[in-house]
Amino acid sequence: MTAPAGISPEPRVAWPPGMVSGAPYWAYQDEATYRLEQKRVFEGPVWNFVCLEADVGRPGDYRTTFVGEMPVIVVRGDDGEIYAFENRCTHRGALIALDDGGSGAKDFQCVYHAWTYDQKGTLKGIAFEEGSNGQGGMPRDFDKAKNSPRKLYTTTLCGLVFASLSDEVPPIEEYLGEAILGRIERVLKKPVEVIGRFTQALPNNWKLYTENVKDTYHASLLHLFFGTFRITRLTQGGGVLVSEDGGHHASYTIDAPGDANSQEYAKQGIRSESKGYRLRDPSLLDSVDEFGDRIQLQILTVFPGFVLQQIHNCLAVRQILPKGVGQMELNWTYLGFADDTPEMRKRRLKQANLVGPAGFVSMEDGCVGGFVQRGVATAGDEFSVMKMGGDGTQTDTTRATEASVRGFWKAYRNLMGI
Amino acid sequence: MGAMTDRGTAPAADLAARLIQLNSEYARAIDDARFEAWPEMFFEDCLYMLTTADNHAAGMPAGLMYADSRGMLFDRISALREANIYERQRYRHIVGLPAVLSAADGRVRTEASFLVVRIMRDGRMDVFATGRYLDLVEADADGSLRFRERVVVCDSNRFDTLVAIPL
Ligand code: FES
Ligand SMILES: [Fe+2]
Repeated sequence: MTAPAGISPEPRVAWPPGMVSGAPYWAYQDEATYRLEQKRVFEGPVWNFVCLEADVGRPGDYRTTFVGEMPVIVVRGDDGEIYAFENRCTHRGALIALDDGGSGAKDFQCVYHAWTYDQKGTLKGIAFEEGSNGQGGMPRDFDKAKNSPRKLYTTTLCGLVFASLSDEVPPIEEYLGEAILGRIERVLKKPVEVIGRFTQALPNNWKLYTENVKDTYHASLLHLFFGTFRITRLTQGGGVLVSEDGGHHASYTIDAPGDANSQEYAKQGIRSESKGYRLRDPSLLDSVDEFGDRIQLQILTVFPGFVLQQIHNCLAVRQILPKGVGQMELNWTYLGFADDTPEMRKRRLKQANLVGPAGFVSMEDGCVGGFVQRGVATAGDEFSVMKMGGDGTQTDTTRATEASVRGFWKAYRNLMGI
Repeated sequence: MGAMTDRGTAPAADLAARLIQLNSEYARAIDDARFEAWPEMFFEDCLYMLTTADNHAAGMPAGLMYADSRGMLFDRISALREANIYERQRYRHIVGLPAVLSAADGRVRTEASFLVVRIMRDGRMDVFATGRYLDLVEADADGSLRFRERVVVCDSNRFDTLVAIPL
C-alpha cells in the first residue's frame, strides 16, 4: 500500500512531555491511541470496576461485563472466591456466556463447539477430544489448562468488585491511597441493595466523560438546577481530593449554613442564576444527613472508569465503558442500603430524578461530551486549555480548579507512555 | 348498525374510545411541545415513573423519572423549560390501542404499547424508545379521564445521550 503521490499520513502534533494543563484533541479521535489504551490502560496495572459483590452473592452467581472493550465473566466460585476471566472461548473465539448474568453456574459451555470451562475459567472439556470411531480428535499432547482464556485478578472493597489483568497492580487500598479509600468507606459503610439499573449511550470518547466527572469547575455553571436550588456553589464549603498518582479523585460540597456569598453569581451575570424559579413540590430535595458529616454531595472516581456518587441521599455507581473511539456506555446502578426505612427508600427514589440520563443535574453531562467530540472534529492538532487553578494536580479546597482533570491526564500519560 | 349499539358492548366500546382519546391527547401534548398540558392529565396524587422492562421484571423501584405528585410533574416541565441544557429535539409518539385489563369501582387498569421517534434539530431521526404504558385511569370530578398512575416501561435498558422530554 502506498499513499497517493503528494499525500503522506499527517503526523500528529507532539504532546509536550509532562504537559497536563492541555490535551491534544487527537487523544479523543485517534484509532491507534484507542487500541493502545486497551493494552496499557485497561489491561495495565489498574483496578477496573466490574460489578457489585451483591451481583455475585452466592456460589454459581455470575455476571458478564467488560474491562475496557474486553468481554469478561465474573463468577462466585463454590469456594466462595470471586473469579474473573475473559469471556472468549479459546477454541475459535466465541463469547462463552451470552446473558447479562445468571446463577447456579457450575461451569460454562461455549455454544459453538461445546468446549467447557470451570468457574475459574480453566478449560476442562473438549467435545470429541478423543475423536469418534478412532478418527479425528485433538492431539494427545494438547494442554487444556494452558489453553484457557485470560484470567483476571479480582479484589473487593466495600461491596465493590474490581479486576485487573496485571500482576503489578498494588493492593486496592494502596492503589487508592488513604484519602480516597476513606471517601469510599464513608459512603459504602453497610450492605447495599440495587434499586435500578440503566445504560446511557454517549456519543463521545470515554475520556471526555471521565474528564467531565472529575471537572468540579463546570458543576455550578452547566447545571442550572444546582445553582438555583443551592445544592452546590463554588462559594460554598467543599473541595477536591486528588490521589498521589492523579488518577483518582473525590470532590465534595459541605452544606454551609446561610448563603451570604450567593450574590457572586448574580454579579457575574452567569446563566445559572435564575430568579424566581422554585419547585412546586420541594419534597424532591428533602434530604437527610445520613452520613452525619454535612457533606451533601460527593463525586468520586477510581481510575480508569469507576464513579461513586452521593448526591444528597441518591447513591449510585457508574461504570464507564469505551465502545469505539467516539462512543461509550455508562452503566448506572442506583443503590439503597439493605436496612433503608420505607421513608428513606422513597426519598432515594425521588432524588433519583437528579441523576441518570434524565437527571435534573446530570442530563447535561450526557450531551456535553458529544458537543466536544463534534466541536473538535477537525482540530486534532489543537490543545484544550486546562489551567484553572494553575497546572498542578494537588488536593484543593476550592472547586474552581481543574486539578483533578489534570490528575487524570497525569495518570493516563504515565500509563500510556505518551 | 343495530348490533353495534347492543346494550352489552356499548359501555366497553365507550371506555375504549375514551382511553384512545386520552392517549392521543397525551401524545399530542408532548409531541406538540405543549408540555404544560402534560401534568394536567394526572391527578394531584399520582405516580409517573419511567423505567425499563428489566427493572420492572426484577421489581426494582427506581426510575429515570419518578414523580408522586402533579407538582413534581410540573417541576419536570419547569426544569425542561428553564434549567436543563440539551439540543433541540422533538418526539413523535405512536401509541397502540389500549387493552383494558380490569375496570371496577371507577378504576381502570389499562396497557398500551408505544413507539417514540426522536427528531433532532439537524434532522436526524431515531427510534428512541419502545415499550408499554401501564396505566391506572380514573374519572375526575368533571367525568374526564386522568391518570392516577402511568408507569412507562421501556423495552430496552439503553438510552441514547439523554432523556430530556418525558416519554
Ligand atoms: S468457538 Fe467455542 S467451542 Fe468452538
Ligand atoms: Fe456534570
